[in-house]
Amino acid sequence: MNKIKSLADLKKLQAEVQSKIKLREKGDNPEHLIQIKVSMSTCGIASGAKETMTFLIEELDHQGIDSVITQVGCMGYCYAEPTIELTIPGQKPVVYGYVNKTKAQEIIEKHIKLNVMVDGIIPITFSSIDN
Amino acid sequence: MKDLSLHILDIVQNSIRAKAKLIEIEIDERSAENKLIITISDNGSGMSEDQLERAIDPFYTSRTTRKVGLGLSLFKQNAETTAGSFKLESELGKGTKVTAVFGLKHLDRPVMGDLVGTLILLICSSGGIDYVFKHKTSSGEFEFDIRDIKQTLENVPINHPDVRLFLKELLQENLEHIQITE
Repeated sequence: MNKIKSLADLKKLQAEVQSKIKLREKGDNPEHLIQIKVSMSTCGIASGAKETMTFLIEELDHQGIDSVITQVGCMGYCYAEPTIELTIPGQKPVVYGYVNKTKAQEIIEKHIKLNVMVDGIIPITFSSIDN
Repeated sequence: MKDLSLHILDIVQNSIRAKAKLIEIEIDERSAENKLIITISDNGSGMSEDQLERAIDPFYTSRTTRKVGLGLSLFKQNAETTAGSFKLESELGKGTKVTAVFGLKHLDRPVMGDLVGTLILLICSSGGIDYVFKHKTSSGEFEFDIRDIKQTLENVPINHPDVRLFLKELLQENLEHIQITE
């Protein structure tokens, strides 16, 4: 059975990356980073959530935008998949629906980089009985 | 789901929700027997006998956000449509194993799809979960254990862009080498 092709190659890469890597603990302090949760439920996957998440990971890396992107379960908006929840540090989370690559690009360029919300937000539709 | 890699991604979500720490994905292509066997097993919380009986029912789910759970039933349906079979095993507190057998050459068998992309997404975005991936064909076998990778990387994060690219190329090369099915 073929095991990993070359751990030696990976070790070389590890040494190269190690010297460049920032010491910030990304996972331990996510509240200081842009957080994106991608709904990866059956309806989400069938609607293209995998492509959306892959695009977000690659594009945010490419643009050098520090962020934590995770997959989560169903958020309940099956009619609007793919959906993402975007949290900018210091702000309330916002859920976007119908997030394909084009919409994801728009969210990055406007909401994340310029703090300007774009169309497609799924609003909170419930209210407390005390109101 | 339009391809098998998306089914794998979907079923693995169940393992993640069950708080699995180790998820094993095995694909076995048996051309001589005309079978494609996909097995996904985990060491998550498992299911009780009652839950196990009802898990395939699309109108049964442990989620609270909606009333349907389609993943397992769609996977089962697709397998059986190709003259295959489906088996779900689970033990509470120990884990769950899903085995789907597809007719390898059946006209209705979904294509494999972007298997590499799916594996990279799972490996690089699921925190402390370890994956073991095995793929067997008539041309060879390939095994990928994320624990070996993490050990080699030491404190370099597995979702670092350069590591992600390396892993993508590693998977692509090895899967091409064993000539996995479309």
